[in-house]
Amino acid sequence: MELLSGGDIVIRALKDAGVKNVWGYPGGAALHIYDALYRQDDVYHLLVRHEQAAVHAADGFSRATGEVGTALVTSGPGATNAITGIATAYMDSIPLVVISGQVPLTKIGQDAFQETDMVGVSRPIVKHSFLVTRAEDIAETIAKAYYIASTGRPGPVVVDIPKDVTDPSHKVPYIYPREVKMRSYQPTDKGHRGQIKRAVKILIGAKRPIIYAGGGVVIDNASEQLIALAKALNYPVTNTLMGLGCYPGTDPQYLGMLGMHGTFEANSAMHHADVIFAIGARFDDRVTNDLDKFCPHATIIHVDVDPTSVSKNIEAHIPIVGTCTSVLEEMLAINKDLDIKPDTDAIAEWWTQLDQWRADKGIYTASRYEESSGSCIKPQDVIKMLYKVTNGEAIVTSDVGQHQMFAAQYYLFDKPRTWINSGGLGTMGFGLPAAMGCQLAFPDKDVACVTGEGSIQMNIQELSTCSQHKLPVKIINLNNAALGMVRQWQDMNYSSRYSESVYEDSLPDFVKLAEAYGHVGMKITHIDELETKMRECFAMKDRVVFMDIDIDRSEHVYPMQRPGGSMNDLWLNKTEST
Amino acid sequence: MKRIISILLENESGALSRVVGLFAQRGYNIDTLTVAPTDDDTLSRLTLTTQGDDHMAEQIVKQLHKLIDTIKVVDLTVGPHIERELMLVKIKATDNGVRTELKSCVEIFRGHIIDVTPATYTVQLAGDSDKLDAFIEAVREMGIMEVVRSGVSGISRGDKFLRV
Ligand SMILES: Cc1ncc(C[n+]2csc(CCOP(=O)(O)OP(=O)(O)O)c2C)c(N)n1
Ligand SMILES: [Mg+2]
Repeated sequence: MELLSGGDIVIRALKDAGVKNVWGYPGGAALHIYDALYRQDDVYHLLVRHEQAAVHAADGFSRATGEVGTALVTSGPGATNAITGIATAYMDSIPLVVISGQVPLTKIGQDAFQETDMVGVSRPIVKHSFLVTRAEDIAETIAKAYYIASTGRPGPVVVDIPKDVTDPSHKVPYIYPREVKMRSYQPTDKGHRGQIKRAVKILIGAKRPIIYAGGGVVIDNASEQLIALAKALNYPVTNTLMGLGCYPGTDPQYLGMLGMHGTFEANSAMHHADVIFAIGARFDDRVTNDLDKFCPHATIIHVDVDPTSVSKNIEAHIPIVGTCTSVLEEMLAINKDLDIKPDTDAIAEWWTQLDQWRADKGIYTASRYEESSGSCIKPQDVIKMLYKVTNGEAIVTSDVGQHQMFAAQYYLFDKPRTWINSGGLGTMGFGLPAAMGCQLAFPDKDVACVTGEGSIQMNIQELSTCSQHKLPVKIINLNNAALGMVRQWQDMNYSSRYSESVYEDSLPDFVKLAEAYGHVGMKITHIDELETKMRECFAMKDRVVFMDIDIDRSEHVYPMQRPGGSMNDLWLNKTEST
Repeated sequence: MKRIISILLENESGALSRVVGLFAQRGYNIDTLTVAPTDDDTLSRLTLTTQGDDHMAEQIVKQLHKLIDTIKVVDLTVGPHIERELMLVKIKATDNGVRTELKSCVEIFRGHIIDVTPATYTVQLAGDSDKLDAFIEAVREMGIMEVVRSGVSGISRGDKFLRV
């Protein structure tokens, strides 16, 4: 039997878990592991500039590929820097394994140098965590970590490894378990057949149905089945912010995103629906608006792999716990066998209504904002241009703020795993490192990070990582010289008192900044140069390009749900509401 | 309404803190909590009591079940069950009249006097929480010095059992 040190076992077990890339940052407690990394070629390590970015990059990689992302950090500050990244992944159910060094077992509890109780600090934001106390347990723990992270409702798993457990002089037999079995963890797979059959019957009997699909469909790779069901029934579909791309954005049956900044037609369809088929979505407060006024006429079918999501915010009439793929496949099969068919007259009438809503107030049937002219560049037009220049085929990551909502509304994602954003936690600083993860996964694809001058500065140091690891991401900075989303709320709720949402001429020259990192910087101040410059930007396949675009500073994101209202109580622009 | 929730948990480091943390994180209160290994020492049996309506109890049970270390969870309150709590009470007993009265009170409640000093009696009492509360009310006037309660342990009646 092969004898290896704990440090070597960590890396070997990663390899055996199928890991090819690790994002990380070294430090004292992780140095044995880093030495093991140096002495092999199977696992590629990417050095970031901040541990938060390591976790976001691993997360972006995971979102783009469906594989588990991996990050490696040291104890204390390395571990705490990783926390925001872990919380981000947790809120969006992204499978990650984060390995953290820890002070030696003999020092734990003594307030040793760089000691933080990582298992304790991360406890509320992980799917699970382990503190490894023997070198003999490392391989099995890592195998369990990948298994737990990737099955059921996925999520981040922390493996905290004290330095003495990775001691190079202490060698133990290496065995990587062929299979992981845990008596206390058996994730659900298939939903209850009887319930699924009831669900299909209710769905087919609907007169004003809507399919409400969320991030669970993306995570479970269930798009194909979702499309098949929607097509078989000719029903309208809306996606959540996390679900964008799981149903094609350009398909005529697609109503756009729902929720706080969702379209009029999607929110209206939800409000008036008689049957809502929710799949891989969780009735988040950014979707439902006031729960008491939520969709008064609807029978709710709710499919989710996580039983705690079902009937948490909204009581489901037909709860189904199972993976999106398995439940949809079963529904498709049942639908084929049943001799009842949707009421085509009712559905046709429903479509007439939906089309009317689209024509009246939809954001895709007409421009609902004043279009750009001269040096007044509208953010919506920048996103539309991005869509045009990249043929709608880019992977788009985003940060958090108005720019995120404009990207979500105006880039019509046709494929899952091409829209990468922090929906649940809303983490500014996510976009650039996530884009690095996507670019690593797809070196030949256009990867655009849509960001704001506020968000980009939260992880701007990663421009250096992009150089070191040749990750030619494109940064589309919608520069409104303000924390725009904050300012929008201040406009709407605080009589435009801009408390700490502007920078008073302290913004850096982003062009020079990009150049300082060895990248290409571009400044866009006029709508007429936008297309040419953007085409130039994306033609530079092997360069990082930072497009700093001065946009209209006063623009708001609309539609926007009115607080305390029903789903379709919306502001449509600064002066009109429903 | 009072809920008695029983959990079978892997007896691993950190498992208990996950259960307790879950309650804090989700805004549920823990009224009592007892935990100890079972006859199989790889497993811990945990009983906790909390207050909540059906919706909340369902969420708590589901959330607890979602913890990776949790093997089984039941809300004992939904079926026939037995609850027991142990209490130790130290009472000031210098006066002969109080001593006599206390002894008869202990007898009525089927408790035991387990320690005696010239100045104190220590009483041990087991039963459901209401009985323990009633005893405290009965002896309060005599001068309670200290009360130690174990928290509720619960088990379902009849053929049902919680085991791997
Ligand atoms: C780490 C973090 N801090 C604070 C916030 C609150 N917040 C949400 S949007 C926003 C403004 C973002 O500004 P910018 O990146 O310039 O985007 P814009 O809204 O202007 O497009 C802020 C501060 C957040 N989401 N994340
Ligand atoms: Mg801004």
